[in-house]
Amino acid sequence: MELRFLVQLGIIGFTFFMLINASALLVLAERKIMGFMQQRYGPYLVGPHGLLQPLADILKLLMKEELRPKGADKWLFTLAPILSVTAAFAAFATVPWGAETTFFGLLDEPVSLGAADINVGVLVIFAITSMGVYGIVLAGWSSNSKYSLMGGLRASAQMISYELSYATALAAVILLAGSLSLREVVDSQAGSWFGFLPQWYVFLQPIGFIIYMIAGVAETNRAPFDFPEAEQELVAGYNTEYSSVRFALFPQAEYINMTTMSAVATDLYLGGWHGPFLPPEYGWIWFLIKIGAILFAYIWVRWTLPRYRYDQLMQFGWKWLFPAAVINLIVTAALVLYFNA
Amino acid sequence: MLETLTFWGLSGLAILASALVIGQRNPMYSVMMLIASFGALAGLYIQLDAPFVAVAQIIIYAGAIMVLFLFVVMLLNAPQEDAAEWDRTHPLRQPGIMRFGGMLAVLLVLQLTWALLRVNGIDVPVGAEGDSEALGSVRTLGRILFTEYVFAFEATSILILVAMVGAVLLARREGDR
Repeated sequence: MELRFLVQLGIIGFTFFMLINASALLVLAERKIMGFMQQRYGPYLVGPHGLLQPLADILKLLMKEELRPKGADKWLFTLAPILSVTAAFAAFATVPWGAETTFFGLLDEPVSLGAADINVGVLVIFAITSMGVYGIVLAGWSSNSKYSLMGGLRASAQMISYELSYATALAAVILLAGSLSLREVVDSQAGSWFGFLPQWYVFLQPIGFIIYMIAGVAETNRAPFDFPEAEQELVAGYNTEYSSVRFALFPQAEYINMTTMSAVATDLYLGGWHGPFLPPEYGWIWFLIKIGAILFAYIWVRWTLPRYRYDQLMQFGWKWLFPAAVINLIVTAALVLYFNA
Repeated sequence: MLETLTFWGLSGLAILASALVIGQRNPMYSVMMLIASFGALAGLYIQLDAPFVAVAQIIIYAGAIMVLFLFVVMLLNAPQEDAAEWDRTHPLRQPGIMRFGGMLAVLLVLQLTWALLRVNGIDVPVGAEGDSEALGSVRTLGRILFTEYVFAFEATSILILVAMVGAVLLARREGDR
């Protein structure tokens, strides 16, 4: 009992630590991949091949002066970045990232890899990510600047619109798996069809996967849907007036949200930690590989596609993505009913 | 012991936040307090072994509806409530209207008391009767919603649809038909 509790606590701490690392590594990966795509090296001076660049970035931001505009709302201005990053970390709490393990016989009963395992896990993630928008909206409003306000307004409209498609795409997978627990969803994807094709839901739900990924990009405010920041029109959007640590928390929240989005996509569509060649105890390696591939796609998209126009974003969200998600859900429900009856 | 403490903490937070929603002048803070109140309610639902209802509360109320509230408050961009509210000549401050409002408030309190007095078995813990596993499950909830309470469910959806159509009608400009 005691040991089990300590191990569980250790897993939670490790998850938290890895999320912080993920946000630092993603900053580096983003700059390196961007450099590669633009035929230059990217950061190269700090450490071997610029590997220590994230540390330098963080130190630089910590040393900066903290500014607050005169007309800003003191409390909400401080609260906004904290809310953003708290929601980002909390959303990962119910994401499982590895099979159940006894740590090579250390424990009598297997323990699950992941901070918490609850029976409505998918919904909890969705609920907490939907709280993330408050950080951005409040930052935009409390800064008392027109650019920030525009960014905040855009964020609220955009995230509400794309949340619908996102949730509808998720619902189709939940119908297939018949469970709201992420661990059960992952475990229902074990095995393979015809001996070679893994039983991942991406093959049953290709349209759902595409909708999920597009809505995911919009939910995390990444290019080509980065309207809340839109530097060519809004200076820097909702975070224009922020500096120092308060500013640093916003990109950190964004990178952690990206990680969560990729982890959930891996769990729901790509079979989580299930994969060939590796024994189940090392499934987390598969998990990392899959997350890495999705994150690379995120960065790839950002540096290859130009930003949409704002009205195009709304049109696309409501007139194409959401109807497609609803049709996908209805067809899935009908097929599940037909094959289960 | 811990359960009682959490219960009092959460209910205290819910009541305090709800009081602050109407208790202070900045509409932005009112919205934030309402979100806090919804969060506390969600915590109480979790204590009642209803995680699905708790999560639905957060997704629908705190995650979607309150974002729209914020959107409206931001668009109005009014840091303080309109001073006209405190004006004696405001149409809502006429004595007749205020008496009518007071009567409605008393009626609400009476109704609530009557409803609370009619509840049986309020001292029986939730999940003590029947299968507590099935009680909290989404499957059971969905089945009950679409069989026993299907009329209330559909009536509510039509009500919301009517409100939506009304909002579209009101927001429409005079020119475009």
